Amino acid sequence: MFRRNAGFYVTSAALAVLFLLPLLWTAYSSVHGRQATAGGQGFGADNYRRLADYGIGLGTYLYNTTVVAVVAVTVTVVTTTLGGFAMARLAFPGRNLLFLVTLSILMVPYTTILIPLYILLGWIGLQNSLVGVGLVMAVLQLPFGLFMMRNSFEALPVELEEAALIDGCTVGGALRRVLLRGALPGIVTIALFSFLASWNEFVAPLIFLTDGAKFTLPLALFNLQSGNFGSVDFGALQAGVVTSALPCVAVFLLLQRYYVRGFTTGALKG
Amino acid sequence: MAALVVVLFVIPLVLMVWMSVNHWPLLGASTPNGVENYQALKDPLFLRAVWFTVKYTAVTTVVLGLIAFGLALLVQRDRRVVGAFRTIFFLPSAVGLASTTLLFYLLFNADASPLNELVRFLGIGDVDWLGSNGSTLGSTVGMITWRFAGFYMLILMTGLQSIDPELYEAARIDGAGRWQIMWRVTLPLLRPTLALTMVLSVTGSLLAFDQFFILTGGRHDTATVVIDIYREAFLSQDLGRAAAVSVATLAVLIVVNVAQLRLIRREGR
Repeated sequence: MFRRNAGFYVTSAALAVLFLLPLLWTAYSSVHGRQATAGGQGFGADNYRRLADYGIGLGTYLYNTTVVAVVAVTVTVVTTTLGGFAMARLAFPGRNLLFLVTLSILMVPYTTILIPLYILLGWIGLQNSLVGVGLVMAVLQLPFGLFMMRNSFEALPVELEEAALIDGCTVGGALRRVLLRGALPGIVTIALFSFLASWNEFVAPLIFLTDGAKFTLPLALFNLQSGNFGSVDFGALQAGVVTSALPCVAVFLLLQRYYVRGFTTGALKG
Repeated sequence: MAALVVVLFVIPLVLMVWMSVNHWPLLGASTPNGVENYQALKDPLFLRAVWFTVKYTAVTTVVLGLIAFGLALLVQRDRRVVGAFRTIFFLPSAVGLASTTLLFYLLFNADASPLNELVRFLGIGDVDWLGSNGSTLGSTVGMITWRFAGFYMLILMTGLQSIDPELYEAARIDGAGRWQIMWRVTLPLLRPTLALTMVLSVTGSLLAFDQFFILTGGRHDTATVVIDIYREAFLSQDLGRAAAVSVATLAVLIVVNVAQLRLIRREGR
């Protein structure tokens, strides 16, 4: 028994090093070495200083990325919560059709509809718009979110809201005061998924955003890597990768209990 | 919500089919031109992209699947600090694909990266990780495995944990060995989960874009189908041809996914 356990720990530890090394190396070399210290030795923040001044400034890129993420998360959470509640509890004409059409988004991978979306966003004046990118990202999250919220609401006992209704709550009041509490893990999971997807998205901004001042962080970093032929600023790029990955890793570690639980129960057991 | 779905999903789908039968330049007016755009499917550049994408999908699905399954077996049982290992294996999945690709671009290209130090230490000398079609394929599959293995591990682990432990017990009492249990109990019961991971991995790989666009930009014939669509649309500025390729890709994807699900369901009987 001891031997089997030792085998497990040695294997896992070795693999853990393999999985962590690329992240740790990038984080370490973004603040260490000649580029990081402007020629000196030891640690320094020079890579980040050059990154901050890249293009029209790191601040703008971070702001743009945040706008996309906020739009995507807000729209995803509001629509899938209300939609999931309606799917689970209310009878209305076209309910099943709407559910099926939404789920079929899963079957139609979005990279294949990027071209018509590009034209369509132009027609409705959302081309080259951060809100437009955010909305597209929200639509991509709909099937998973709707599915998950419907399951979350269905898992809650009907008696809960009946009691609230008898006590004089409206349907909206029951949803707000009683059911949302119970569905919270699902909502957090969807928000997290939506955040990770929209913060990191590359193709949609690449196609929809044409104005350099609107670029999101992944797009700006791509330009940093491919823009000036021959001489890529490795140090600034490392700093950029860290800047882009850090919020995701932090948010994931903070909320991973919800994420893993929501993922394994809401999404897979439905 | 219905409005969002209709405007940003149903209408684009219809529009895509309509665009594919029109001459539709990036700028300027469009005119119907029948099936002319579908000539794009005979373009040698496109055919090479298809071949590369299929190769990449096959290799990725096998390698990623095996490694993720190994990880899932490793961490499925609850024991001390196993939670920390699960988190660590999953952590790369929280990092975006574009950031991951840039990170590996540095890993492949920076002289002092652990990867290059390692091959030098092993006496292999300097390796050009992205120097040819084959090496790009291998490097990218390695990178994608690092990025996605934890994600698929989590799905597979959920499947493994939902298998009733009494079944293992019964098999053991009947004298089944480890391999027999694996082939006769675990794998058959895990089929729905395996199907899910396979569909996700095949679809994801067939639509690969970020990784090759950033790493090579399609050099050494490493353009994928989606990179080809991008080129038709924004370099050749011919949205009609791009839409035609999109329609074809979508049709193939639907057929592939339905076939995969069928195959797995039939084997289940």
